[in-house]
Amino acid sequence: MISNIKRSILSCVILLILCGLIYPLIGTGIGQALFHFQANGSQIKQGSMLIEQNWKGPQWFQGRNDGSVITLGPDKVLISGTNQPGPRSKQLEQSVVQRAQQLIKEGIIPANDLVTTSGSLLDPDISVHDANVQVPAIAKYHHIKSSALYSLIKQVTVHKQFGFLGNTYINVLELNIKLSHLIKTVKK
Amino acid sequence: MSFAITLLILFVALGISWRYFGSYMANVYQGRVRFLHGFEKIIYAILDVDEESEQTWKGYATSLILFSAFGILFTYLILRFQGFLPLNPLHFGSVSPALAFNTSVSFVSNTNWQNYAGETTLSYLSQMIGLTVQQFVSASVGIGVSIALIRGLARKNNPNIGNFWVDLVRGVLYILLPIAFIGGLIFVGQGAVQTLAGPMVIHDALNNINQVIPRGPVGFMESIKQLGTNGGGFFNANGAHPFEDPTALTLILSVFLILIIPVSLTYTFGKMVNSVKQGLALLMAMFIIFSISLGIGVYAEMQPNPAVAQSHYVKQVNGNMVGKETRFGVPDTALYNITSTQTSTGSVAGANDSFTPLGGLVLLSGMMLGEVSPGGVGSGLYTILLFALIAVFIGGLMIGRTPEYLGKKIQSKEVKLAALGVLIMPITVLIITAIAVSVQAGISGPSNTGPHGFSEILYAFTSQANNNGSAFAGLNGNTAFYNITGSIAMILGRFGIIIPVLALAGSLGAKQTVPTSLGTFKTDNPTFTFLVIAVIIIIGGLTFFPALSLGPIIEMLLHGRFF
Repeated sequence: MISNIKRSILSCVILLILCGLIYPLIGTGIGQALFHFQANGSQIKQGSMLIEQNWKGPQWFQGRNDGSVITLGPDKVLISGTNQPGPRSKQLEQSVVQRAQQLIKEGIIPANDLVTTSGSLLDPDISVHDANVQVPAIAKYHHIKSSALYSLIKQVTVHKQFGFLGNTYINVLELNIKLSHLIKTVKK
Repeated sequence: MSFAITLLILFVALGISWRYFGSYMANVYQGRVRFLHGFEKIIYAILDVDEESEQTWKGYATSLILFSAFGILFTYLILRFQGFLPLNPLHFGSVSPALAFNTSVSFVSNTNWQNYAGETTLSYLSQMIGLTVQQFVSASVGIGVSIALIRGLARKNNPNIGNFWVDLVRGVLYILLPIAFIGGLIFVGQGAVQTLAGPMVIHDALNNINQVIPRGPVGFMESIKQLGTNGGGFFNANGAHPFEDPTALTLILSVFLILIIPVSLTYTFGKMVNSVKQGLALLMAMFIIFSISLGIGVYAEMQPNPAVAQSHYVKQVNGNMVGKETRFGVPDTALYNITSTQTSTGSVAGANDSFTPLGGLVLLSGMMLGEVSPGGVGSGLYTILLFALIAVFIGGLMIGRTPEYLGKKIQSKEVKLAALGVLIMPITVLIITAIAVSVQAGISGPSNTGPHGFSEILYAFTSQANNNGSAFAGLNGNTAFYNITGSIAMILGRFGIIIPVLALAGSLGAKQTVPTSLGTFKTDNPTFTFLVIAVIIIIGGLTFFPALSLGPIIEMLLHGRFF
């Protein structure tokens, strides 16, 4: 008994050092060396490529989140995925109606992904269909040709990984950066 | 089509792992893998363990319980004192006693139920030396118990079932650490963060937005979270968070990592009892339950979400996207979440709470059937072996012979232990759920009203008593009531099964084996596979049907009603 208590304490300490310090610290070192960009959060000048930014339409392509559902923690830290409504929730129905009416007001035909939120609430992507439905409104707002916007969408489309994994999607931040360049050149 | 390719590749990869990795694990626990033996010997010297000496089931169980108790204590103290410890860039204070207790029980019992949001509660150090450590060791303990049971079945006239400390160390060194490390590198390469720097502060001039985005040592925790069928993520959103599961590749890698050990252990079992076909019969039972669940679940999620459909604004051609990520899409998310509830993982790539009623039922049923398809690391195998013993017993009754399994007579003592191990989970779930819906502290938990509110409570205790850890996340679990009842469910669900399993291992090992004869009931053929499936479904169905009919089943039937 006493020897087993001693073993328990000692093994807790040894495994703590091995799995809790050596493993993650070597991982951090190698991860930082090999994949510096990814390991630090895929950050570019305008933000993280992986985190949604509550873009407002119709001047920008908007994502799946109008910002109303985001909660902030202490120091204004973003908190991911909070309570989700159930499949027979009135509250979910109402939020879909609200979001759809907002989109219609902006001249956008509501689409499935745009009226729903993702599990993380930080989904940085939208589907190609959801980008396309926003084109007429954005073209009208900036007085640019729809065709130019469609070709932007084509440029940034990320296809299924290896041709079969997951979805085909568009990164909203990347698309909006391209859009900002386009607006600048048009204005000149 | 592309989903079919995904499944095919997964199937082939698991098939290869089953054969070779399963064999490797048998070698590890038989002491034939020695490439880290020098290091191993140092650990045994410090622990004062003789690697050749073995323990009886009582010795094994005592060591296991003491080790787990100190694991809870260590983790509890780390969480309570995190405010004074380093690697705490957001200066989080100490975790409250009830939450710290629930969390440490949760990670030690391989549950990884989380009544907190990781990014705003725990320091990097707590995530590393508190939670990640337990993700390794609780997994190794689980595998060790299943190996001990296999030894009991494989041996004769030998009451010893192995050495707990040796099994613990070998599982971590030879199985978990190497795979988790390679997996972690892939996670980080795909975009999972792995840094000790504080949060990322963003100002985007384009849309004039400021963000403070938490980061941390995530990628390498992610790989062991899946490999050890733990499921507890760094962030609140778990695998849905782009910093945990950045791409569809990491999603499918996660599914593979979750399944590799539970699936391959059936080969390990077959090899150690000198009949691979015995392991194959159990694997087939796991595979059939898994495939049916997956089929129904993916179908259910391809259907429209009822509440979104009710708004009449959009056609949901791509299925129920509520709570799902664009980069994954519906089928892949369903695959991930179903895999994680058919095992004891509980990680999520999308919100379980927003699954369609039928989809939610599939998630719940995976756990209610005892998590045997293929179940958690170790726990899946030892639980399905309990069902196999009951199946042998029932089969024996039907044909009027003394039941035998692998040459061991299954007598009153073994059947009682197996029944105890199988029934402790449903008893725990049903009693605690009944208490929760009878008291105000329990009723105030769920955020949804109507039958879904009940589903949330039932889901919470099913998940904890099965050491799964996934949630219908609408439940506010961080209250004294839910922290304490949850801890009780997790402890009973873990050790209430492990102790009978170890006792069974000891009792079986001490027995003589009887030679097989023409009259022996065969346990390595499809008939036995179907008998095992029938036992699993009858026990799970009978115990849980009344409770299910008050939650997800009523939700399915109430067309057009919203709450």
